[in-house]
Amino acid sequence: MSRPLHIYGGRVVDPSQGLDSPAAVLIVDGRIEAVGLGVEAPDGAESIDATGLTVSPGLIDVHVHLREPGGEHKETIASGSRAAVAGGFTTIWAMPNTDPPIDSPAAVGYVRAAGRAVRASRVMPIGAASIGQKGEQMTEIGELVAAGAVAVSDDGHPVHNSGLMRRLLEYTQTFDIPVLQHAEDPGLTPGGVMNEGPVATALGLRGIPNAAEAGMVARDVLLSELTGGHLHVCHVSARQSVDQLLWAKERGLRVTAEVTPHHLLLTEELVRGYNTQAKVNPPLRVEEDVEAVRQALVEGVIDVIATDHAPHHYDEKEREFDDAPFGINGLETAFSLCMKALVEPGHMTLSGLIDRMSCAPARIMGLDTGTLRQGAPADIVLYAPDESWTVDPARFYSRSRNTPLAGWVLPGRIMRTIVSGETRFEAEGDA
Amino acid sequence: MNDKRPDSGLGKDLIGLETLSGETIRAILDTAEPFKEISERAIKKVPVLRGKTIVNLFFEPSTRTRISFEFAEKRLGADTVNVAASGSSVVKGETLVDTARNLEAMRIDMVVIRHGSSGAAQFLADRIPSNVINAGDGQHEHPTQGLLDLLTIRDSFGRIEGLKVCIVGDVIHSRVARSNIFGLQKLGAEVAVCGPKSLIPTAIESLGVQVFAHVEDAIQWADALNVLRLQLERMNAGFIPSLREYNRVFGVSQARLERAPVDTVVLHPGPMNRGVEIDSAVADGPQSVILPQVTNGVAVRMAVLYLLAGGAPERAEEAKKGEA
Repeated sequence: MSRPLHIYGGRVVDPSQGLDSPAAVLIVDGRIEAVGLGVEAPDGAESIDATGLTVSPGLIDVHVHLREPGGEHKETIASGSRAAVAGGFTTIWAMPNTDPPIDSPAAVGYVRAAGRAVRASRVMPIGAASIGQKGEQMTEIGELVAAGAVAVSDDGHPVHNSGLMRRLLEYTQTFDIPVLQHAEDPGLTPGGVMNEGPVATALGLRGIPNAAEAGMVARDVLLSELTGGHLHVCHVSARQSVDQLLWAKERGLRVTAEVTPHHLLLTEELVRGYNTQAKVNPPLRVEEDVEAVRQALVEGVIDVIATDHAPHHYDEKEREFDDAPFGINGLETAFSLCMKALVEPGHMTLSGLIDRMSCAPARIMGLDTGTLRQGAPADIVLYAPDESWTVDPARFYSRSRNTPLAGWVLPGRIMRTIVSGETRFEAEGDA
Repeated sequence: MNDKRPDSGLGKDLIGLETLSGETIRAILDTAEPFKEISERAIKKVPVLRGKTIVNLFFEPSTRTRISFEFAEKRLGADTVNVAASGSSVVKGETLVDTARNLEAMRIDMVVIRHGSSGAAQFLADRIPSNVINAGDGQHEHPTQGLLDLLTIRDSFGRIEGLKVCIVGDVIHSRVARSNIFGLQKLGAEVAVCGPKSLIPTAIESLGVQVFAHVEDAIQWADALNVLRLQLERMNAGFIPSLREYNRVFGVSQARLERAPVDTVVLHPGPMNRGVEIDSAVADGPQSVILPQVTNGVAVRMAVLYLLAGGAPERAEEAKKGEA
């Protein structure tokens, strides 16, 4: 393979080994060879000067929408995985709610192969839980896993039928993969476009109550208890869902959960003025919910941060609020938004954040990345935690620009992203 | 004229009463007073808006509001065009933003918009320099209806401050309710709502209103009742079991009104479902101001058109005579 790579002069933050100190990282044959203050570059090694930068295991996002096939005007596997490395992500899990959905081995194989061809972030396909994501008949999960699927989900929609959810949590155990659930009781959300609360009342918009999410989480937690299956709750937004997760964790159930960067900071107030950029499902909630999910993440009741990167074309968001699609473009702002929501106010250390965005996802999903331990794949991110930048959606690598953060000044700049020892992203103007 | 900031405190558009000050709302009502008289003349026309072009853009069916706007516009001498959604480019898939740009390209002065989506009027107003008047957007606001309700209440009591007004019925789906709540509170009235909890927004208290579960209690409390239309669709969507039961439990009947300590004034934005939310004896009775509401609708809309076109509230009387 390529020459050894020596990253020196930086501060290494790797919570998987409890590391937070100046150190060099040596990479040989795409894997971590050594990390330490005295680690020298062998002859012929390529060197990267990381002076002033922080070096951590690459970020892992278990929830992105790449839109290909069928939605290439919003995003492609190529544009999405380039956006990922620009955001510091070395691994992304692609949701199967494409058109057609990823419910066959061939489709899983396509996403995997297309992802590899881009040579940006690793792209791991999630298979549909039910055929056509219709919530009726289980997909051939064994075949999907054989083709490279790392999990199953009907995300975009919930698995509404309790019987099907039970069978999924049972059947997936053979393959040791999680069921990723978009927790929403559709009977409670007809026509809902934002959080049910004071802002929806004033704006005359139909609401999505917290109970629609928390009720489904409660049911699913009980089904995990019944079956022993690995339930992963997507994008937790409601404080009552946190209570259900806490109950599950206290009983030691195989239940994990994620929260998005936007739910860690933004509230429904952002919707005022009918701002379609703030239209997302689950919706932005109220301050009490933001505090609850933030606290749950700090305490480990919510395990990981995942973006729910949901790109949409400009025209689709430039519509009446009711008609605009749900979703926030997240990959390129995630790290910085989390810095602002968690590290800057002191809720979490930088090391804690790296754990929730890299080590913890690897841990709960059984990946060999998310660490700088010797022998691990050299998936690494170099960044300047204290450097601010202004969000300019026109500069996104994503094909879409749908973010409520345009013009925001955020801390934390991704400078270089390395996958398997190969630089896949480098910030412009990098010294 | 669009670049002039009228003295009324109205901006470029009238989207809702939530964002207006009490002072501005009062100025609109005061401006409506002199305009009332125009509709009583044999020749109901003054040249206040001569040369102005106005598009009435109705994406939802409407009879009363559309006609009321059209009369107001015509009596002020404007040139008007009506566009209904059916039979327009909208059914051919044109987006609202393209509709807006096309209207703009035709250099119109004002747009009156009725649309099924909350926020549609704001959306249009943000994208074109013409004055935009919201004639009802989804379940958000219907500000001219709110204003005509305020004017009618003021006509009845001589004031609004200190009055108790209860909005009865399908509050959750009602743009009229929201405009009434905001407008009445800004003029110092106390506002309550009453209806089955399935038709009351869960966060309604955040708007500073109290909730009555029983219509009898609401009638005991209120000086005026604004009775909302109960749409048949609500029964089909499962919000209430039947219209018959709704009438039994929440209908404003003569028998219920008679038990009130004062002569409660009854408003209804129309169109009425007689025998559902309101009984005929009430609608046609001495406490009803439902037809004066309709008359006031034209005057209020004239006032809004005049003010948005740059007219000053204190000069309305002269403007009416063609002197300003």
